[in-house]
Amino acid sequence: MDTAFAPEDIAFREEVCAFFDSAYDDDIDARLNNPDPAVFQPAIIEWQKRLFERGWIAPGWPKEYGGTGWDDTKAFIFETERASRGIRDVIPFGLKMVGPVIYTFGTDEQKERFLPPILNSDEWWCQGYSEPGAGSDLAALKTRAVRDGDEYVVTGAKIWTSYAQFADWIFCLVRTSTEGKKQAGISFLLIDMKSPGIKINPIVSIDAHHSLNEVEFNEVRVPVANRIGEENQGWTYAKALLAHERTAIAGVADSKRTLEMIKHYASQEVNGGKRLIDDALFQQRLSDIEIDLMALEFTDLRVLASVAAGGAPGAESSLLKIKGTEMQQAVQELLMEVAGYYQGVLPGGPEADVLGHEFGTRAFKSYMYGRAATIYGGSNEVQKNIIAKAVLGL
Amino acid sequence: MNFEFTEEQVMLRDSVARYVQDDYDWDTRVAIANSETGIDRAKWQTFAELGWLSIPFAEEYGGFGGDAVDVMVVMEELGKGLVLEPYLATVLLYGGLLQKGGNPEQQAAQIPPIIDGSTLGAFAYLERQSRYEIADVKTTATADGDNFVLKGEKVVVFNGANADQLIVSARTSGAQSDEQGISLFLIPADAAGVERVSYRMMDGQRVANVVLNDVTVPASNLVGTQDAGHELIAAVVQEANLALAAEAIGIMQQLNAKTLEYTKTREQFGVAIGSFQALQHRMVDTFMSFEQAKSLLYRAVCALTDDQEDEVQAIHALRVMVDKAGKHIFGEAIQLHGGMGITDELDIGHYAKRLMMINTTFGNRDYHQAKFNALRYN
Ligand SMILES: Cc1cc2nc3c(=O)[nH]c(=O)nc-3n(C[C@H](O)[C@H](O)[C@H](O)COP(=O)(O)OP(=O)(O)OC[C@H]3O[C@@H](n4cnc5c(N)ncnc54)[C@H](O)[C@@H]3O)c2cc1C
Repeated sequence: MDTAFAPEDIAFREEVCAFFDSAYDDDIDARLNNPDPAVFQPAIIEWQKRLFERGWIAPGWPKEYGGTGWDDTKAFIFETERASRGIRDVIPFGLKMVGPVIYTFGTDEQKERFLPPILNSDEWWCQGYSEPGAGSDLAALKTRAVRDGDEYVVTGAKIWTSYAQFADWIFCLVRTSTEGKKQAGISFLLIDMKSPGIKINPIVSIDAHHSLNEVEFNEVRVPVANRIGEENQGWTYAKALLAHERTAIAGVADSKRTLEMIKHYASQEVNGGKRLIDDALFQQRLSDIEIDLMALEFTDLRVLASVAAGGAPGAESSLLKIKGTEMQQAVQELLMEVAGYYQGVLPGGPEADVLGHEFGTRAFKSYMYGRAATIYGGSNEVQKNIIAKAVLGL
Repeated sequence: MNFEFTEEQVMLRDSVARYVQDDYDWDTRVAIANSETGIDRAKWQTFAELGWLSIPFAEEYGGFGGDAVDVMVVMEELGKGLVLEPYLATVLLYGGLLQKGGNPEQQAAQIPPIIDGSTLGAFAYLERQSRYEIADVKTTATADGDNFVLKGEKVVVFNGANADQLIVSARTSGAQSDEQGISLFLIPADAAGVERVSYRMMDGQRVANVVLNDVTVPASNLVGTQDAGHELIAAVVQEANLALAAEAIGIMQQLNAKTLEYTKTREQFGVAIGSFQALQHRMVDTFMSFEQAKSLLYRAVCALTDDQEDEVQAIHALRVMVDKAGKHIFGEAIQLHGGMGITDELDIGHYAKRLMMINTTFGNRDYHQAKFNALRYN
């Protein structure tokens, strides 16, 4: 048993580091971390284009579609280096969600039309799955698509649609049949956001920002050619996509990075003449988290090793999601504790030098938005149901 | 043994509860939070008319002469409505310092305008470097003839932007973190040399950083004994801690009730999500957290009103429990509301944010736990 990466992987890591050192600078870092969508959105496109030019925009994709052709270990190394530098991940909706569905289940025309602008970030996608009445029970979705010649007429509403306000396209699960099992009447449609009949209603979230939306469809006409695969088989494609994401979903490198931030700030904060980092209770909190993270890092590697050896990731990804999001929330909470009173300063307040504090608002934003990590992508309760059934056989 | 309220206290509780329900509904609260000042002076005037602003003050100045139980009753109900008007800052902190430490002239001059609602006050005690340590004071007050000249900066002053009067802690002797050598000064907010920068906190409060550029006040504005301000602050903060805990209890009760209601009505998989045993147990846990916190609140309030020996310990224990139970309860409330819990529109997140702010006010859990440990085990 050992944890050494193979020499070629070590060489690969050096290549990755060299790229980040040259392509990622303070200027892009500042803009990517700006909570104002007007600043952040063009910045992430710019950054994704840099990755595209390097040929590294789509680690998970097969080479023939413009992916890197990396194995899981290389993808893992890349993710880890990215996160440990605090570099934001790419926007997932095109690159990690609909892209793989299109190259796996789409027609040649669909691949030709949609994959290039996903890779070069010319088109922004959003995910239209959830509905007011269909969250954890996604298959209960009601937005209906009625066939009319070579078009579908789509009517209904999607909710919690992240970044719909920027999107050129939305991929949707819609109901095309009410017969049989509810999973069996769902189709997968690609819908142009400029279509007449689409209305976007913004939803402000508890971090005081706008990323979420409700998207209404009022008799929106969608060419049948924009359907992925067979009619009524959409659920199968969506499920295949869920299994796609298997590396780095625990976000260990991101959590470790936040932990380093915590240590940095905790060695500057002083309470009653004592540095916070020297406080016994604080150290206890820190090490509780750090020990859990040390374990999770290895759980992650164990899953990676078994996948690299040809195993299927299966329900282990549920474990990584649950533990990973719990750890993310724990580090976000600890950063809030370090910020003390200043954790409560809303965005848009005075500049740091007037305020007297540097990171409170940032801690606030990541903590508040971070509450969602245990809810989206299959809530942690739902993940536990999966483990209970699939792993423990209950 | 008796954990019942007196008839008067029941009337007081019902009066605040009714007001919050009828005149401080969620839309009203949101409108106030988003207004320029973040508070509603007309509502404050109503508080005065209803007698709530008089509660902790001595009868000779028009006060009600109430005790910690009376304050607890009011705060718990104000918490349920997330009331934004500065009861803590004006009545309990600013007013508390005057009530406990002011000389008769100061009391006669300053307390009636608190009670009649015409003066809003604030207590400026935090500094950039101080975190939770109230004795960490760099702001200086230097005697100059019959005056004191104050120089320094106070931060995150609750109600600092709206206050007419400030009480400021400043160092008159001693080293930066010494308890000895801190004095308190009454300063009109419009005094020459006072500069305020206002900003919003996540719980809707307007706070201010207050820069004191050689602010000159007469020596008669000294509140309490020179150099012995820390003791006075500690006594007032002690009661404020109890009041904040009571507010937190009111909030926790709301969060639990709203979450319970939601799980009974939100359906997924064809049934109410409250029918899932996995969630039922979670709600039983939050219910127990609430009851435990409430018990410590009662324990602390009894210790304080009976002047028991362990009152300080009881209050630190209470603050530890409120932090723990609060995080547990608001965490579950958000989680069990799913996507709805993440919206700014729903009240759940706002209750959570107020609990979070309460948990930083006068010390977080670790701060209080360390104090508790020192008293108990050293
Ligand atoms: C920030 C954010 C971004 C999102 N982005 C998108 C997006 O871009 N596109 C999109 O389609 N969706 C998105 N979502 C939606 C997300 O996938 C849903 O919120 C999620 O599926 C939960 O559904 P719900 O909100 O309706 O909660 P509900 O399903 O109503 O769940 C409420 C609570 O009940 C629990 N629960 C439900 N069923 C069970 C059960 N069987 N056993 C035990 N507990 C249960 C849940 O875990 C949760 O705690 C986003 C959500 C958030 C918060």
